[in-house]
Amino acid sequence: MTIHESVDRDAGKNSSSGGPADGTAPASDADAGGGGGLRDAGASQRIDAIFRGLTVFAGAVIVALIALIGIVLVMQATPSLMQNNVNFFTSSVWNTTDPENMSFGILDLLKVTVLSSIFALVLAVPVSIGIATFLVQYAPPRLSRTLSALIDLLAAVPSIIYGMWGLLVLGPWMVPFATWLNENLNWFFLFGDGNVTIAGGGTIFTAGVVLAIMILPIITSMSRETIRQTPSLHQEAALALGATKWEKIRMTCFPYAKSGMIAGSMLALGRALGETVAVLIILRAASAPSTLSLFDGGFTFASKIASGSAEFNHPLPTGAYIAAGLVLFILTFIVNLIARSVSGGKVNG
Amino acid sequence: MSQATPDLAKPAKPADTFLPISGSRKVKDKAATVVFTVCFVLAVVPLVALLFKVVVSGVPAVLNLDWWANSFNLVSPSSMAGGVGHAIYGSLVQALIAAVISIPLGVAAGIMLVEYPDSKIAKPTTFMVDVLAGVPSVVAAIFIFGIWISVLQFNLSAFAVALALVLLMLPLIVRSTEEMLKLVPDELREASYALGVPKWKTVVSVVVPTALSGMVSGIFLALARVMGETAPVLILVGYTARYNYDVFEGNMASLPLLIYNQLSNPNEAGQYRIWGAALTLIIIIGLANVLATFAAKALAPKTK
Repeated sequence: MTIHESVDRDAGKNSSSGGPADGTAPASDADAGGGGGLRDAGASQRIDAIFRGLTVFAGAVIVALIALIGIVLVMQATPSLMQNNVNFFTSSVWNTTDPENMSFGILDLLKVTVLSSIFALVLAVPVSIGIATFLVQYAPPRLSRTLSALIDLLAAVPSIIYGMWGLLVLGPWMVPFATWLNENLNWFFLFGDGNVTIAGGGTIFTAGVVLAIMILPIITSMSRETIRQTPSLHQEAALALGATKWEKIRMTCFPYAKSGMIAGSMLALGRALGETVAVLIILRAASAPSTLSLFDGGFTFASKIASGSAEFNHPLPTGAYIAAGLVLFILTFIVNLIARSVSGGKVNG
Repeated sequence: MSQATPDLAKPAKPADTFLPISGSRKVKDKAATVVFTVCFVLAVVPLVALLFKVVVSGVPAVLNLDWWANSFNLVSPSSMAGGVGHAIYGSLVQALIAAVISIPLGVAAGIMLVEYPDSKIAKPTTFMVDVLAGVPSVVAAIFIFGIWISVLQFNLSAFAVALALVLLMLPLIVRSTEEMLKLVPDELREASYALGVPKWKTVVSVVVPTALSGMVSGIFLALARVMGETAPVLILVGYTARYNYDVFEGNMASLPLLIYNQLSNPNEAGQYRIWGAALTLIIIIGLANVLATFAAKALAPKTK
């Protein structure tokens, strides 16, 4: 059965190869059974069914795994959420040291996570689109491949190395710049005073720059692919109308590549939201709730969970962190869903 | 009247028929070129700065033979002696266990997606693989903690880390398998069927060997990716300065965990160790990438 179905399906798929597929496939099988020179058709059909079953089983395991992630996170988080003394969504407190009397809310984590990720995105998106345009439109084709590989190299560096570099090298470098912004643009809340000192660089400002470097290759590669696919007829039409190179790029490439750029940015946002260890290393713990200043410290969802691993010895405090993990899971899920719908399902982050 | 005469006499030059590009448009065009080039340079600067710093600060450590074989067992935190052999061993062991579990599962699922797209599970699988690819490593780690340690009552161990790495490797392997199998021309499959070869045998001995080079290179890239993961090791296993050969019991070091641990070492040796370990990690990931390229070339179908 399976052989017939699959052969028919494959033959039908390529109608160009044509031929009376419906007739030939069963006929050849009948020959195989009768001739005796070929292997027993029944046995190989059974093996076929088993093989198909195995591959389908692997797919089912993966589907079950994701479902399990959701179920386990919800089940482990619920008891702790029931014991919570404050509102989970509107509180900035995180005190889980006493399992009998826990107060934990995610407001502050949400603020720091979103602020650092959006800041990283604001820095990375224009630069990435610029790089992608440079690689496709300006760099000579042979050089372009090497340079693309160079940018992809950024993605291969592990996040802990970005983290230690951010803490030990980039953070101190950025201090004068951060201080200048803080002193001169203090009236704007993003550059206002935070709860940590700017000296040393353990601020959202440094973390955001490091995140921006980390997500750059994702946005670049997706924008590059879509810019490259801009139909040359569109481009030539623009040039024929007298457009300069820049006008051609603005009027044909950018509109055409828009969905790819947005999808890439969304994938990058998902990565930035979930980045753990670089943020954990760089950000200094803040003494008070976030002020939404870039010169503040604190924890993101991911870095809070990683930093709390020492408390995972009692189910209730663990559940509090798992609840935070669940929120992060949903957050990244939604962002990735948007990326998927924008790009029409073709996402390769 | 007098102005029109020379125009009629001479054929019009292009400059007369076409308007020249106005100054502001020219400036904008040049400015765009500069901006795009600057963007590229802007991205290369941190990459070069980072690699330069890691190499310069890490070289003294990796040039020492002790560094590769020894551990920090019984070495004082302020001593410039010892090595990261135990962490390299841990990184490799964790990645290998993860590979052993995720390769069969991922390759089989990839085969299902391409060869049996009519199965009911195909669509959900594609969707879930995308979801899994977007799951942050810390969520994968806390999920393994929730099920393996909280519910099933196992201890923190290298094996728990490997389980979390499986979740991170799976989408990479499924996708690279799927992409590579899609590239296999249908004519090859049809030729095989025409010879009376059953479907499973066609897949195993015609389709997969044709795509093997790409699949193996994808697996090496996935290995390189998970070896640098830090969140799972922070949550699912403790650091130790010794070699630990039991993957189900006790702490086990890995390069990312060692770096994280030594960041709080205030001595000069701490700096020596973290930059040395960072360079070691980059060398190992680089090696995995080279192996991926090499495998792609060596296993590519021989065509004459």
